[in-house]
Amino acid sequence: MEQKKYWKGLEELHNTDAHQEIVKNEFSEELPFESEGLLNATTPRRDFLKYLGFTTAAAAIAASCETPVRKAIPYVNKPDEITPGVANYYASSYSIDGEYVPLVVKTREGRPIKLEGNTLSSITNGATTAKVQGAVLSLYDTARLRYPSISGSETTWAELDKQVSAALAGLGGAPAVILSSTLLSPSTKKVIGEFLAKYPNSRHVVYDPISYSGMLQANEASYGKRVIPSYHFENAKVVVSLGADFLGTWLNPAEYAQQFGQTRKINAEKPEMSKHFVFESTMSLTGANADERYTHRPSEAGAVALALLAAVGGNVTAPAIADKRVQEGIQKAAKELKANNGKSLVVSGSNDVNVQIIVNAINNIVGANGTTIDFASPANYRQGNDAEMAKLVTDMNAGNIGAVLVYGANPAYDYYDAAKFAEGLKKVKLAVSFNERKDETTELCKFSAPDHHFLESWNDVEGKTGYYSFTQPTILPLFKTRSVQDTLLTWSGNPTTWADYLKKEWIAKLGGNESAWDKALQDGVIEPASAPALGGASFNGDVAGAASKISSAKKGGTYELVLYEKVAIGNGKLANNPWLQEMPDPITRATWDNYACISNTLAKKFSTQLGDDYEITTDKKVLKIKVGGKEIELPLLILPGIHPDVIAIALGYGHNESFGKAAGNIGKNAYPFVSFNGQTFDYFSTDASVEATGAKAPVALTQTHNSYEGRPIIKETTLEEFIKNPKEVNEDREELKKFGPDFRKDATLYPNYTYPGIKWGMSIDLNTCFGCGACTIACQAENNVSVVGKEEVAKAHEMHWIRIDRYFSGDTDNPEVVFQPMLCQHCDNAPCENVCPVGATNHSSEGINQMAYNRCIGTRYCANNCPYKVRRLNWRDWNGADSFENNLYDVADMNDSLTRMVLNPDVVVRSRGVMEKCSFCVQRLQDAKLQAKKEGHPLKDGAAKTACQQACSAGAIVFGNVNDKDSEIFKIRNEKQTERMYYVLEETHVLPSINYLAKIRNKDAAPKAESAHKEEAHHA
Amino acid sequence: MYRRVSILLRKHFVSVLILCASIVIPFSSVKAADPAKGKATFQTNCASCHNVHKKLTGPALAGVEGRWSDKKLLHQWIHNSASVLASGDKYANQLFAEYNKQAMPAFAGLSDGDIDDILAYIQVEEKNVPGPKTVPGNEGKAEGEGADNSLLFGIITLILAVVALILMQINSNLNKLAADKDGVPTPDPVPFYKNKAYLALIILVLFMVGGYFTINGAINLGRQKNYMPEQPIFYSHKVHAGINQINCLYCHAGAEKSKIAMIPSENICMNCHKAIKEYSGPELVTAEGKKVNGTAEIAKLYDYVGWDPEKAAYTKPGRPIEWTKIHNLPDHVYFNHSQHIVAGKQQCQTCHGAITEMDEVHQFADLSMGWCINCHRTTKVQFADNNYYSIFEKLHQEMKDGKIDSVTVEMVGGTDCQKCHY
Repeated sequence: MEQKKYWKGLEELHNTDAHQEIVKNEFSEELPFESEGLLNATTPRRDFLKYLGFTTAAAAIAASCETPVRKAIPYVNKPDEITPGVANYYASSYSIDGEYVPLVVKTREGRPIKLEGNTLSSITNGATTAKVQGAVLSLYDTARLRYPSISGSETTWAELDKQVSAALAGLGGAPAVILSSTLLSPSTKKVIGEFLAKYPNSRHVVYDPISYSGMLQANEASYGKRVIPSYHFENAKVVVSLGADFLGTWLNPAEYAQQFGQTRKINAEKPEMSKHFVFESTMSLTGANADERYTHRPSEAGAVALALLAAVGGNVTAPAIADKRVQEGIQKAAKELKANNGKSLVVSGSNDVNVQIIVNAINNIVGANGTTIDFASPANYRQGNDAEMAKLVTDMNAGNIGAVLVYGANPAYDYYDAAKFAEGLKKVKLAVSFNERKDETTELCKFSAPDHHFLESWNDVEGKTGYYSFTQPTILPLFKTRSVQDTLLTWSGNPTTWADYLKKEWIAKLGGNESAWDKALQDGVIEPASAPALGGASFNGDVAGAASKISSAKKGGTYELVLYEKVAIGNGKLANNPWLQEMPDPITRATWDNYACISNTLAKKFSTQLGDDYEITTDKKVLKIKVGGKEIELPLLILPGIHPDVIAIALGYGHNESFGKAAGNIGKNAYPFVSFNGQTFDYFSTDASVEATGAKAPVALTQTHNSYEGRPIIKETTLEEFIKNPKEVNEDREELKKFGPDFRKDATLYPNYTYPGIKWGMSIDLNTCFGCGACTIACQAENNVSVVGKEEVAKAHEMHWIRIDRYFSGDTDNPEVVFQPMLCQHCDNAPCENVCPVGATNHSSEGINQMAYNRCIGTRYCANNCPYKVRRLNWRDWNGADSFENNLYDVADMNDSLTRMVLNPDVVVRSRGVMEKCSFCVQRLQDAKLQAKKEGHPLKDGAAKTACQQACSAGAIVFGNVNDKDSEIFKIRNEKQTERMYYVLEETHVLPSINYLAKIRNKDAAPKAESAHKEEAHHA
Repeated sequence: MYRRVSILLRKHFVSVLILCASIVIPFSSVKAADPAKGKATFQTNCASCHNVHKKLTGPALAGVEGRWSDKKLLHQWIHNSASVLASGDKYANQLFAEYNKQAMPAFAGLSDGDIDDILAYIQVEEKNVPGPKTVPGNEGKAEGEGADNSLLFGIITLILAVVALILMQINSNLNKLAADKDGVPTPDPVPFYKNKAYLALIILVLFMVGGYFTINGAINLGRQKNYMPEQPIFYSHKVHAGINQINCLYCHAGAEKSKIAMIPSENICMNCHKAIKEYSGPELVTAEGKKVNGTAEIAKLYDYVGWDPEKAAYTKPGRPIEWTKIHNLPDHVYFNHSQHIVAGKQQCQTCHGAITEMDEVHQFADLSMGWCINCHRTTKVQFADNNYYSIFEKLHQEMKDGKIDSVTVEMVGGTDCQKCHY
């Protein structure tokens, strides 16, 4: 097997001078005393002695101060269920903007501190996403509204109720409108219905900032049902995604990643996996995980769908597609789809009704209905109706609307014509916002009646028809907020509280059985006793009509613009979350910003390109992008794999300052570039112009940090080669045999240490790691990992214990992507341990490379000596752990006493000058061991889980005791995956405790060599 | 002859005693009730409301069997007191009235055997009438002796040093005399306070002594051995855990379940103190020698929880008591009580000292890392008894082979950094 070249950026591949300079130094900036001052001073020795004397005296005085008197304050009446120091778990669920993830909430002393997926849910099976993992921090957001207000000044609920009721009574027949994003709660909808019934002509308008209205309408036209079906990626052998980022942002990514992951697990005994085609305009997370990926202009999306329909045997003629590669790709995909009739699935991210009708037609032909697409239990994930929203705005401007009550929607920010919405809102007699923060819409509303956070409230959630989940309060409301349902019940004159209402509702549904309700709350989910059979629907769409509309669509201009969602920020509702802002984007590796993604080819027009100093310098050239009369200025970011004529901009940035400290004034708002085509919103525009402004702006990228300087750390092969010769992947490991049969023992002069009890080990499957970053955020939440802010990320000071390295390979225009989660490898022969002058890092008897923070004096020798670049120094005092208050470097209120409630009390916060890194979640391991000891049995496999493992939706991470012959990790290493199992940099004999499973791509073997040649020719 | 008999008697005293006992016991009780088992059952179930010798929430239990007409009835009373009251038993109803009509909870879970065990324990215990115990003062004495010795050694060292100095002085004088005699010229004698060798020596000694104390002092910064702060309520562990023998875990319930032993919430105090309004035990004295009125301290508790003892009702909202924390570990130490109590089977006293003797609690150990580590090095784990350790095959083999006779905490990784620091 030929070793492919992998690169994070081209500078690494070309090994430019600037790159060499940056990798030569472990730490990206010069140390202060090298550049100036101390050493050149006239009397450095005397100064040194003076400082020494002063600091010793100061430390002595500081330390000899009286020991503080600490208080211990017990409960007056201890609640039965709380034992201080022991976590309680409550079932809940995440249902913001229609995503459906049943949860288990970990609380300590009454504070929710961690969210995990609920494994009892058959829909998600315990999967989570980065957004879900981060949602617990939003509970403690300092920018949340803390009380009801009228015209911006605090008021009481009674006063607010009085004034709003009076205003509602005075509507005089003018309609009241509840404007919300997608709601999954049947009981909440009932409350809304009862409220609206009181006011004639009133209605409930559902508006999704990232709309799926086109799909809903297409399904109505095709199947007579305005629903989103359930997708079953686990049943698909061939998946074709037409710009649907189902692993990152499309509908319910946790569910789909979990399903898709099942089809990507592979071993030599059963060498089978799904084949995954992606046709898209920019590089999405799903595109990065494709077996075969093709790029087209956004204006060609319809043509691609049509061509695919024609190729699978539909009676249509598609408009010509210029790109030959895409043409071939369509034929190839069609061939696979046809060959796997009944085991195929085509999904599209388009919000165009006609494209979705064509996609329905394809799915109908390839037998997806009833096998991979299920209409028997349709999903409720998105319910927005773009045309209704547009009509509402028109009505508002015409003065026909009496009251607008905004619940969870923020159109003043994310509506395509926000100014018109704002104008219309002024003409409405009564404007109320239930939103939990002072967002752009709430600022315009006279009445603010803030809702609880979902972790403080009761609710029921119906993700799919018949599949319910619940939320229950896991903490008393932190502020003087009130749940929307309570507010609406009050305003509709119903004296019942929402909690009682919901309980009554459900006890009735459960046949008057209160214990069934208790069990439902405890489990968190109610699902059909046996899963209903998958059901199709008869296709009855007007294919010819849709095809003619697509064919007559406008051709694109020179450049086209694509608006996309980022995995962490999404539509921007959760933007004020420092964890999510600092999570490097899986594809671009950028933090805290949005930017204009362009191809290397386009970048050359602005005399920038990959491989020169572009990657090294933080300041990027700023582009001005114009569409119609609108323009936006953003720094450019070269994204290999984006279509050469496409500019891609992320939505969800550029919030007002009052939105919160983390999101306010970061990036630019790209929603104005959304357009309305009369039926649905379009998230692209076909004619954009672009020019350089001459200015530069910094982008905090992490991709150049922690370079491996081209050492081979990824192993990859194609399915074909793997079937032919499974042992080929690990051929190079044979070389290690020259030391003797056992590399561990034979390649060293030192005696071999055997681990007497437990020996921890981890396995990471590169085939099922999709790079979504849920593990990064889960780790951050579990281990109190600090947030450092944009400036410090730019200096390579980010603190994430687990990062996901993204490697490109092959052609810069059509690269292949591999994601590799990288964390401390807990080497048994760790190079970091030998060089620590104070023994702060050493090895435990269970194989953990342990850090004793209080011994660490910050020499950073260990980081310098770590071949995996996973050690993180606290360059500043991020947490207020320092004795001196002024040293605190706080980003976005992470040290507010409110925000600090999210800290895990079982893990310390680290102070300045201390090295830290992955601990294998030792607190969880200790806890699991203690439990086993108390119960008097050996530790069971799976009882100890790391946070990253638990968060991973696709199950890419397996962790356990390698000494236990029955453990999954032992079996992976010694039985199931011996062909794919390898250690990174194994030949250095550092003996890592983490193994990786080689990536296998389901594609033909040939094009790889070809693209490699092309690459070489490219740079010759 | 007399001596021999007495030795013989002494030698066989124990066996004679056992013989007597073995003859008497089978006759004295029909079933073999086990007072030791009874003690455990008593402490988990009964001790919060009953004491053998004193009235608490419920009556003193000494002689309880005599007070009940029928042992069966007593059993029924314990199983379900309400049923006995309902049957109209005179003694039961009288008892109920006497104790503020507070019903005794039903203990349906106790078997007749368990109850017999408890009664056996009460029989044994009622003979141990509490009285002022003589505290063996060995500990203090031993410490004093240790101090005396080091002082002695110090003095001897000093004397020897002086003797050595004098000898050296004499030696140099004699050398000088000899040299003078031989006519070899010698330099003028330097007075010893100007002698550089002496000065260097003195400075060195001062440096070492100073350094020793500075470093020792520095190590002890922040350590609080013997810390005994004044508490908002004069709560005596001696009275509760010592004299009244309330199980530690009754109040500090977290010690079994959690990393935190838990200072009991006030509702736990009120379980007993609803009934116990006055203090009638031995006189309480603070460390400074001030007398403490126990009843007034109980009144403080009532004030905190908002209980009105006259009306026997909560009349005010409760406030928490701000106790001063005595045992403080640094933030970077993870300590788990349940690990030590349940898995390690340690006694509370191992770390907290003779808590049952303390009126005011002071910190018994210095809680230094050296102290922890020492214990981890010497303490044996429940290696054979706890199946968790079955995975340590090598150690089991060594034990079987007789290479080791026990396994310490250290041998199963108990001194790894990340056992306590993470």
